[in-house]
Amino acid sequence: MNLTRRTFPGFAALFSLPLFWVLLLMVVPYAIMISVGFWSRQFPLFYPDFQFGNYAQIAADPQYTTVILRTLKIAASVTLCSLLLGYPLAYFLVFTVRSRALRNLLYMSVIVPLWVSYLLRAYTWKIILGTDGALNSLLVSTGIVSAPLDIFLYNQTAMVVTLVYIFVPFMVMPLFAVLDNIPRRLIEASEDLGVGPFMTFWKVIFPLSLGGVVAGATMTFCLSFGDFVAPVLVGGPDGTMVANLLQTQFGAALNWPLGSALATLVLALVLILLQLSSRLDRAGRVDLS
Amino acid sequence: MTSNPIVTLAGVAKRYGAFLALQETDLAIAEGEFVTLLGPSGCGKTTTLRLIGGFEQASAGRIAIAGQDVTDSPPYRRPVNTVFQDYALFPHMSVAENIGYGLSVKSGRVAKAERDRRVADALAMVGLEGKAGMRPGALSGGQRQRVAMARAIVRRPRVLLLDEPLSALDVKLREGMQVELKRLHRELGITFLMVTHDQNEALALSDRIVVMREGRIAQVGSPTDLYDRPASPYVADFIGGANLADAEALGGGAFRLAGGQVLHSRRGEAARFAAGRHASLGLRAEHLHVTAAGPENTLACTVMERLFHGDRLRVELMPEGVARPIFAELPRTTVPAELAPGDRVTIGIDPADVLVFEAEGGR
Repeated sequence: MNLTRRTFPGFAALFSLPLFWVLLLMVVPYAIMISVGFWSRQFPLFYPDFQFGNYAQIAADPQYTTVILRTLKIAASVTLCSLLLGYPLAYFLVFTVRSRALRNLLYMSVIVPLWVSYLLRAYTWKIILGTDGALNSLLVSTGIVSAPLDIFLYNQTAMVVTLVYIFVPFMVMPLFAVLDNIPRRLIEASEDLGVGPFMTFWKVIFPLSLGGVVAGATMTFCLSFGDFVAPVLVGGPDGTMVANLLQTQFGAALNWPLGSALATLVLALVLILLQLSSRLDRAGRVDLS
Repeated sequence: MTSNPIVTLAGVAKRYGAFLALQETDLAIAEGEFVTLLGPSGCGKTTTLRLIGGFEQASAGRIAIAGQDVTDSPPYRRPVNTVFQDYALFPHMSVAENIGYGLSVKSGRVAKAERDRRVADALAMVGLEGKAGMRPGALSGGQRQRVAMARAIVRRPRVLLLDEPLSALDVKLREGMQVELKRLHRELGITFLMVTHDQNEALALSDRIVVMREGRIAQVGSPTDLYDRPASPYVADFIGGANLADAEALGGGAFRLAGGQVLHSRRGEAARFAAGRHASLGLRAEHLHVTAAGPENTLACTVMERLFHGDRLRVELMPEGVARPIFAELPRTTVPAELAPGDRVTIGIDPADVLVFEAEGGR
């Protein structure tokens, strides 16, 4: 008791500033967002209220459910593709590349695109996939097709491709770290016990890398889930994602209460996901020392 | 002894870039032997073990195990199992899963009931009944060591490779595990090949010791062979420890040390040294004793330091006229209680115990 009293001023002095920032920049905005979700609207104004009309509207209008499900589907596809592309790359970097210099160079080449504007990287795929884009030029010049095709751009596949390209480093980074951390002795021990490379991968390397898979999947999923640029740039008429709906509610539709309710829903979904992921991570955690 | 070799190395060498880790080496290990590769770090002993285990590819030569050439076989196709220095237990598996791991895959698959029985047997053999469900992370160092042993023997390898198996344990535990190793070797009847840098461990456990130095074999022999008849000053010093002193042969087994004192050797090799040749004398610390001044095989010395070791005293001595001190291990009862640094003392040695080697630069 005595101790608490004596250290409290020091504690307060040390943490008041960070606590203040957290309060100002996180707690207050979230509180505003959640409370505005219960407000009412009378076009073009909205006023404080406490009613569930906005949520009822989201539940009743199939448009919202469709978009949320579509967003989940696209985020899941991006996550899966990133994993399928990122895991072999991280594995290759850690276990196949012998030269440290080459490994660092290749790893940097995965990271370096993050230094380029996100918008620019998304726009790149518009140029590649467009009707007079790089892919069509290649197909026409090699004679595979006679005229440029317009099937590559403005659809969900283009969105997945673009988002995978943008977010795959967030998959590779944790995978690289976790694979690099696996003692080589464990692989030798497995082979020593008569287990070939293929089963050694499935029984030793993969289980020990699950933490990285969970971390990478969580990051790519959450980042793709909230994306609104890819749908605008390369998505077609059926490419609208949740973040675009949000944007519309706060912009053109001028319906902040509905937008806030939607945002609260997205926040809840992502929080549930993070909770699941951290559970999964804790269950699979092992002591490698 | 090597009429029925289970492991044969023929001209095996290992090179890392410009560094020759193992020079062309021939070695045959008989079925059922307990052989130790002994030497300081960097002598090539671990490389040799890893070549036999299949974790390294030989740069030259052939390796055969149980009559089969395995030079180009991966580890998972060799009839050997390894106890790794840091145990290399799978952290995501229970103790039982670790031990049963090698029995669950194609090359070693056995029926579930048989597997459970063999895992239980192996656990009993290393005294870990009741720990089957635990994760390695929850075990002590000594228990992990036992799991590593059980995992390696459960597949009934023709040869068990042990890479410094006891080096991570504290002294008390290590002595206990030495007894365990010896018992396991006797009960299993398979060949043990162990790497260690601890000469006491090697002397205590081995049927034969391979002393290695700078990527080559310095001497192979039984512990008593190596102790009684070391082939070089290096082996004499590494096995048991020996004081080395430069000397000049006077003929007839007599040798004059720097400073003029003379020692006689009655050993066979001493007779080969003609008068005038340079030699290196090996005097084991435990062969020296305090004696009265006399004509036969004594050295006048000055006491430099005395260290109390319980029943023995370790005394640092400077023989007159010699630049390098020697050490004597003396029973406590034979040393005058008042012996102190600066005192002069006469040290004797039996001529049968004076080792004689070709003079050699270095150690």
